[in-house]
Amino acid sequence: MKHADAIVIGAGWAGSILAKELTEAGLSVIMLERGPERSTAIEGAYPDSVDELRGAIRKRLFQNLSQSTLTIRNTIDQTALPYRQLAAFLPGEGVGGAGLHWSGCHFRVSPDDLRLRSAVIEKYGEKFIPEGMNLQDYGVSYAELEPFFDKAEKVFGTSGVAYTINGKVTGNGNVFAADRSSDFPLPPMQDTFSAQTFRNACSEAGYHPYAMPAANASRPYTNTYGCQMGPCNFCGYCSGYDCYLYSKASPNVNILPALRQDPNFTLIANAHVLRVDLDSTKTKATGVTYLETLTKKEVSLSADLVILSAFQFHNVHLMLLSKIGTPYDPVSNTGTIGRNFVYQTISSSRVWLPPSKYTNQFIGAGGAGVAIDDFNCTNFDHGPLGFIGGSPVWVNQAGMKPIAAAGGAGGGGAPRWGSAYKTDLVETYKHSLGIDAHGSNMAYRDVYLDLDPTWKDAYGQPLLRMTFTWKDNDIRMNQYVVSKIAPIAKAMGATKTHLVHLNQGQPFDTRHYQTTHLGGGAVMGEDPKTSALNRYLQSWDVSNVFVIGSNAFPQGMGYNPTGAVAALAYWAAHHIRTTYLKSPGPLVKL
Amino acid sequence: MPSPDPDLHNPLRRSFVKGLLGTTSFWMLGGHALWSQALAAEAARTYSPTFLTADEYRFLDAACERILPDDHNGPGAHKLGVAEFIDRQLQTPYGHGDNWYMSGPFVEGPANLGYQLPFVPRDLYRKGITAADAYSKQQHGKLFADLPTDAQDAILTALEGGSVKLGEIPGRVFFEQLRTNTLEGAFADPIYGGNRGMGGWLMVGFPGARADFMDWVNQDGAAYPIGPVSISGETA
Ligand SMILES: Cc1cc2nc3c(=O)[nH]c(=O)nc-3n(C[C@H](O)[C@H](O)[C@H](O)COP(=O)(O)OP(=O)(O)OC[C@H]3O[C@@H](n4cnc5c(N)ncnc54)[C@H](O)[C@@H]3O)c2cc1C
Ligand code: SF4
Repeated sequence: MKHADAIVIGAGWAGSILAKELTEAGLSVIMLERGPERSTAIEGAYPDSVDELRGAIRKRLFQNLSQSTLTIRNTIDQTALPYRQLAAFLPGEGVGGAGLHWSGCHFRVSPDDLRLRSAVIEKYGEKFIPEGMNLQDYGVSYAELEPFFDKAEKVFGTSGVAYTINGKVTGNGNVFAADRSSDFPLPPMQDTFSAQTFRNACSEAGYHPYAMPAANASRPYTNTYGCQMGPCNFCGYCSGYDCYLYSKASPNVNILPALRQDPNFTLIANAHVLRVDLDSTKTKATGVTYLETLTKKEVSLSADLVILSAFQFHNVHLMLLSKIGTPYDPVSNTGTIGRNFVYQTISSSRVWLPPSKYTNQFIGAGGAGVAIDDFNCTNFDHGPLGFIGGSPVWVNQAGMKPIAAAGGAGGGGAPRWGSAYKTDLVETYKHSLGIDAHGSNMAYRDVYLDLDPTWKDAYGQPLLRMTFTWKDNDIRMNQYVVSKIAPIAKAMGATKTHLVHLNQGQPFDTRHYQTTHLGGGAVMGEDPKTSALNRYLQSWDVSNVFVIGSNAFPQGMGYNPTGAVAALAYWAAHHIRTTYLKSPGPLVKL
Repeated sequence: MPSPDPDLHNPLRRSFVKGLLGTTSFWMLGGHALWSQALAAEAARTYSPTFLTADEYRFLDAACERILPDDHNGPGAHKLGVAEFIDRQLQTPYGHGDNWYMSGPFVEGPANLGYQLPFVPRDLYRKGITAADAYSKQQHGKLFADLPTDAQDAILTALEGGSVKLGEIPGRVFFEQLRTNTLEGAFADPIYGGNRGMGGWLMVGFPGARADFMDWVNQDGAAYPIGPVSISGETA
């Protein structure tokens, strides 16, 4: 059997960061990716890549559900049914993972989001936490993670403007953002017309607008690994596409070119990992078994260290299939694998400007925009409101193309076809803009992941089952934040505003895109009874397995997750390099 | 840059009449009647459906036109070649549901848990059109394509509202499939056979494959001034 010092499962951001760090530490690393190789020079090239039908509509870069999907239900008493068509969320597949076709909104975290349970109890007492909500701390602080946020931004080539650096105000960045040890590597992206209109209105309304940090390059950039990016031209084919200009950070552009030159590194594509193999004690991984998807040949590899970085729910799925740790049982409230599955509460409202103003919605970059954090995290008083969590609010004009615009136009009482619909579509496309409330989502005892009893993937393994719906706390949070958009829209000179929020009793709907920011299910923490991983993202049960991804988040935060995923990846890698490799075993002793 | 030889580069590309259609000023300044005539000349060129039968294709062409009718905003589905687009799509992997999870058992469930039928797009069209035409005959004594537009609209409204079942397929599922593919055909790059003359893009002011807006990120709300270009280099 072939051996590697470390096996990395999944070639997205999390896997690429770990593979880079571990090869730097001198380990031999094999990275297994179930999808194909992907290269900007070939499929990413202009003009074929700027094709809405093939891109965001037929979803050429996304997970192939015909091979593997999950089942979904809203409540424990329902039968979960297969997610047969990509819609609500869009996992990536192939080298680069979703990191190839993400948008590039690149946030750090609000320090309180990492210790939300403690922060809420300090301010409002334990009784403030609703019955059935599993509110938890990450077990790691912002101060501990700061160097790794800094490191990741310099790899991603992130564009942004700081508020404070080492305690000193340096610019007009986000006044609520935590202090930084150094500036963004690149200046902020320019405001689109829509974003600037929002910025002005927010200032007028007394809020604190800032340029969203974007892993879209505002200037040419050479990163820490010597990888090069060109400047973004706001081409608008961003979210859901590979960037033909090498301007959007991706594992393919920012890490893999350096990694591929390391003789210690091997990348095997079209390799679907079936399970992590454990020894008879179930406390040590011996390697992994994968299927070569092109030849259908099963291959086993041995390894000293196994990194699960297959994306949030795939990580949980692999843990359950491999019998790593104890599956979560919502009835007895025991076990941790599948516990605290979370999402985000996203709602997009629409504002129409006067007919003389063209919003040119096709112009934009995935991570660029203007946001306010006045209603995010613990930045406002929750006492009288009686809910936990919050949302940044932003205009993130990322490039709206006409098939998507046409599909979304009409509805809510307005015609969805015919001549009146056409009139509405033309006006909406030319003169409107979207404002999103991009919010947190708390964890609940009866919201979780486990294995489905009925449906199987193409390899004969049970599908993962998701039990998820919207809950009172998060619905009220979303409604509150969305209500704050009305006065901003008015200050923007809106001729019409369509506010969209969650409604009580409205179940999670799998048919409409919301976000791919899924989280939790194998969370980090300080107590093995309530977390699958310790604070270094190491499995409490199998100490030579580290599980890297948004699965580690105990609750869904208002910000997009990848900044936190990358920082946690560098944090875990640092402790593997400095401590674990010297003396393999649990990094946290109980 | 657009490929120097678009026909070689994109074998699917229709050959189309250049001339009038090829200029921005024509589209921007030209009157509505001229547009229609030029587009009509394009649409007059007959495409032979390959997956659908002639009767199925007539249904499709008529139904798509009601979803996106020709009007003061711009061309409708017929002139844009939407039926041709859909017939072509049904011959691609998409038509076979290549990216859909199609393993059984197939169990009915609440609508919000998504599509649960054992049919891929080709099945939905074949079964749906046959049943919709049967319904039309039963209600009005004629095939859908031969009905006046208000009767056609009444049938589509009934399908959309979910009050009609088309054999094994709920009317709403068929309607949504039809609406989705119609809008794709109107607004996808013309290489796929729809959006003829980029009429869909011109209508909404989308510049297609320009994909370079360095100088137009913020022009204080002025309309983007350049007409569309397609992947194969067609401009308007
Ligand atoms: C359209 C879109 C826009 C987004 N925009 C943003 C944004 O602006 N900001 C932000 O912060 N986040 C954004 N995200 C989310 C972001 O893409 C993810 O957080 C990030 O890519 C996660 O990285 P990862 O390495 O954990 O997982 P992934 O990038 O998903 O990589 C995991 C890889 O593992 C592979 N894999 C899975 N199972 C197996 C197996 N069994 N065997 C072998 N390989 C396997 C997958 O094929 C995949 O390539 C967006 C996502 C989408 C879909
Ligand atoms: S908008 Fe910018 S970063 Fe995004 S794909 Fe286009 S050029 Fe690349």
